[in-house]
Amino acid sequence: MSDPAITPELIEQHGITPDEFEQIKVILGREPNYTELGIFSVMWSEHCSYKNTRKLLKGFPTKSAKVLVPAGEENAGVIDIGDGLAVAFKIESHNHPSAVEPFQGAATGVGGIIRDIFTMGARPVAAINSLRFGSLESAEVRRLFRGVVAGISHYGNCFGIPTIAGEVYFDKSYEGNPLVNAFALGVLRHDQIARGAAKGVGNPVFYVGPATGRDGLAGAAFASQDLTEESADQQRGAVQVGDPFMEKLCMEACLELLATDAVAGIQDMGAAGLTCSTCETAARGGTGIELKLDKVPQRAANMTPYELMLSESQERMLIIVQKGREEEVQRIFDKWDLPWAEVGVVTDTGRMVVTNHGKVVADMPAAKLADDAPLYDREAKEPAYLADVRAFKLEQVPEMEAPEEVLENLLAWPTIASKNWVYRQYDHTVRNGTAVFPGSDAAVLRVKADSIPGGGVDANEQVPEKYLAMSCDCNGTYVYLDPYEGGKIAVAEAARNLACSGAEPLGTTDNLNFGNPHNPELFWQLKEAVRGLAEGCTVFNAPVTGGNVSLYNQNPNGAIDPTPTVAMVGLIEKPEDITTQWFKDEGDVILLLGAAIDTEDPLLGLGGSAYLQTAHQLKTGTPPRCDLSKEKQIHTTLRGFIQTGCVKSAHDCSEGGLAVALAECCISNHVGRETDSLLGAEVDLGEFGNARVDVLLFGETQGRIVLTASEVNAVKIEERAKILEIPVARIGKVGGNKLTIKGDGFRFAWETERLHDLWFNAIANAMK
Amino acid sequence: MKVAVIQFPGSNSDQDAVNGVRVIGHQASLLWHKEESVGDADAVIIPGGFSYGDYLRCGAIARFSPVMQAVKQFAADGGLILGICNGFQVLCEAGLLPGALVRNRSLQFRSEHVFLKTIAKDTPFTGGVADDRLLRVPIAHGEGCYFADEETLAGIKANNQILWQYVSQQGEANDDANPNGSLENIAGICNQARNVAGLMPHPERACEEVVGSADGRAILESMAAWLDKGKSAEAA
Repeated sequence: MSDPAITPELIEQHGITPDEFEQIKVILGREPNYTELGIFSVMWSEHCSYKNTRKLLKGFPTKSAKVLVPAGEENAGVIDIGDGLAVAFKIESHNHPSAVEPFQGAATGVGGIIRDIFTMGARPVAAINSLRFGSLESAEVRRLFRGVVAGISHYGNCFGIPTIAGEVYFDKSYEGNPLVNAFALGVLRHDQIARGAAKGVGNPVFYVGPATGRDGLAGAAFASQDLTEESADQQRGAVQVGDPFMEKLCMEACLELLATDAVAGIQDMGAAGLTCSTCETAARGGTGIELKLDKVPQRAANMTPYELMLSESQERMLIIVQKGREEEVQRIFDKWDLPWAEVGVVTDTGRMVVTNHGKVVADMPAAKLADDAPLYDREAKEPAYLADVRAFKLEQVPEMEAPEEVLENLLAWPTIASKNWVYRQYDHTVRNGTAVFPGSDAAVLRVKADSIPGGGVDANEQVPEKYLAMSCDCNGTYVYLDPYEGGKIAVAEAARNLACSGAEPLGTTDNLNFGNPHNPELFWQLKEAVRGLAEGCTVFNAPVTGGNVSLYNQNPNGAIDPTPTVAMVGLIEKPEDITTQWFKDEGDVILLLGAAIDTEDPLLGLGGSAYLQTAHQLKTGTPPRCDLSKEKQIHTTLRGFIQTGCVKSAHDCSEGGLAVALAECCISNHVGRETDSLLGAEVDLGEFGNARVDVLLFGETQGRIVLTASEVNAVKIEERAKILEIPVARIGKVGGNKLTIKGDGFRFAWETERLHDLWFNAIANAMK
Repeated sequence: MKVAVIQFPGSNSDQDAVNGVRVIGHQASLLWHKEESVGDADAVIIPGGFSYGDYLRCGAIARFSPVMQAVKQFAADGGLILGICNGFQVLCEAGLLPGALVRNRSLQFRSEHVFLKTIAKDTPFTGGVADDRLLRVPIAHGEGCYFADEETLAGIKANNQILWQYVSQQGEANDDANPNGSLENIAGICNQARNVAGLMPHPERACEEVVGSADGRAILESMAAWLDKGKSAEAA
């Protein structure tokens, strides 16, 4: 079979511009052949090269005293958690594959991120995910939602990683283009950090894992295009098929192998498969690689060099072995019954030379290919719709009718409703380390001996007790209405969720899900949101350790709400500091930490609120503002209260405002199947005077936390807050089987059982 | 007690079982599936996971592994064997326990805490569970619906082989409490000789309050106490 001729049409089909093609010719000193063109197209896709965003990403803080491996250097960043231990974590999107084939798209998203973690030498011990779908009223959306959740469940559960937290939003803008962002975290000792560099000239290059097939051909390039009506049919072949069992074996074998020092470098074959793993390892090692394609295990007959280089068949690893240690490597792979092959050698030429049956099919400079992708400054223009958003005034918010129903409707709104329909499909207890299950502000995981590669064998091994909290957040509506403030709020909310759980932030990984960067208005959203994210991460001392950019998220009706998902990891030193969101005991005092209403916000927290969306079908208004330094002070103060043993529960106010937060504190203590421990509350907001009731109950002013304490400790908290000049208000008491909220001229009451049932069953009912 | 925890490729709660046994003060170690003997173990745990990827049927391939031949002999010799989750499926597939586990009636994986009522108290796995004490332990499975034909089920009941049932917090074995559609709310059973037991819930993931419950200890502690009693009887 002969390769197609390199025509302008073929170049365009590969997503390469005429200018980029000229640059390729300069790099090679000649025209590329077909295989080389394919290699360039995937390496220079947005997914691999960040060519449209790299300049923006430079604004992110990436360093702190705790960062051991910074963003961009390896497959995932690594952060010190003390006592010689560290965590590696990262989030990555699988949006387009999930739109086309939800089950496999989501499953392989989980598989890919897990590989990034064990490639660093860490044992993957926790997964979380962030999902976005259209309205559940659509049968097609329900199909995608069902498929994505089943795919995550299948892969994570079988692999044996607990999926312990997440978030799901439903908004029409995601119709046809769901977002599937998967996060994984691993634990390792400092001396176990593995590198993805092809070091040591003459070292053999091993391929491990199942044979290469035609599945997932050029998935990275596919991820870097707009989705169209035809995508589903045309691109189904670009979606890979996952095998979590194979990945589990591959992980165990790799961790066992890494303990031997027979490994000079290790890299997973993720996006752009063999291409990306070989040229990146060579680039990092400052070496070259010679790759013999005829040695690569092949699943299909007559695969071309082009197909072999671009295939994204899953669960494959590239390992550079110290020369002379090949037998050890083979012994371990054989023990785990894993297919392996020696496919190449490290050279000193700086070139990636690919041969097939002795014939050179590609010969290109590895470092230039990996690092010299074109970088673009895209045009940014403030979107026209923002003029209307900013013109929206408080006076335009209609009168609130039947506040009792408003709260009920908010709790049953799928974005706010309990996500138990989702997480009851995820094994969240495997590995026996989950201390706070899904359903509180952040999940908490215990680090123990068997969290570390090689650990757990010796019964007497002691590992200092440590707990990790993690949360992922992003209110896309806010980001749409004000990308900068929305970006800051995404970070602030993640940090607030950690603080409510008793944790101090360690670091952040972000997933930038945006529309087509060639559209100046969409690029402006990206630029502004990144600015907000960067400021937030700087203030909370939570440097970005890596992440993922997913552009071209749009369907024929337009772009998605810009969604810079923030996943943050925090540390809790002592188990007694682990805090959950639900009320604990009758008679406890309910306190509101932070100003009840941001009086400098013209919309008083109603802009972009869930209340406006559900009660008035309005998705507009400038969203609440986020004062990062005040926010940080509140988090620090809250952690102080928690660490002195004063706090029984803490829950942040987010979508739905104070009323929803209070309701969740009453109804979210899930004890077991069909068993919930409900506790009512009597709340008096009289001290906030004659503020608008809709603002008081459902405004989304930032920086507010509902906490409970015994009477004695409540007094301590009030005194301390006064000294620190942090607003704190005593707003009620826990008890009874009703949530009552009264204030200046109003009094509303709800049965907790009714609120619970509406909130707990809403998604299950929608999915029936 | 010395416990061998079988490690199949795809086992993923193997280390949890080792930890559970250690937390209650006993010894446990992993036993690779290619081994042909259970060594000097006093008891064997077949842990949760997806042995051999659960290809074909859950537990269907694991029963052919070398170590399972040794486990069968151990069972025949009266050794204590506990199968948890995938381990329960393996024991049913291997014919060491009656019945089968099929897809949950919801057709979805279920991960949540359930309440277990201990039915037969005269076994090595339940002897130490206090009367009327419900155990709160997690489940995590997609194929945990216990099924047996009428004759088999009648036999199980006649021989008092039902060890645990899914119940409500009030102790009632009703339909709401049943997470997977199991016949008679069956969560775990034993064989006629009462030395081999299996259950879908995970007692080994409920051995410390910090992970939400320590109720699972009662099952592991029952096994240890039963073995101790046997040893002291031998010594006497």
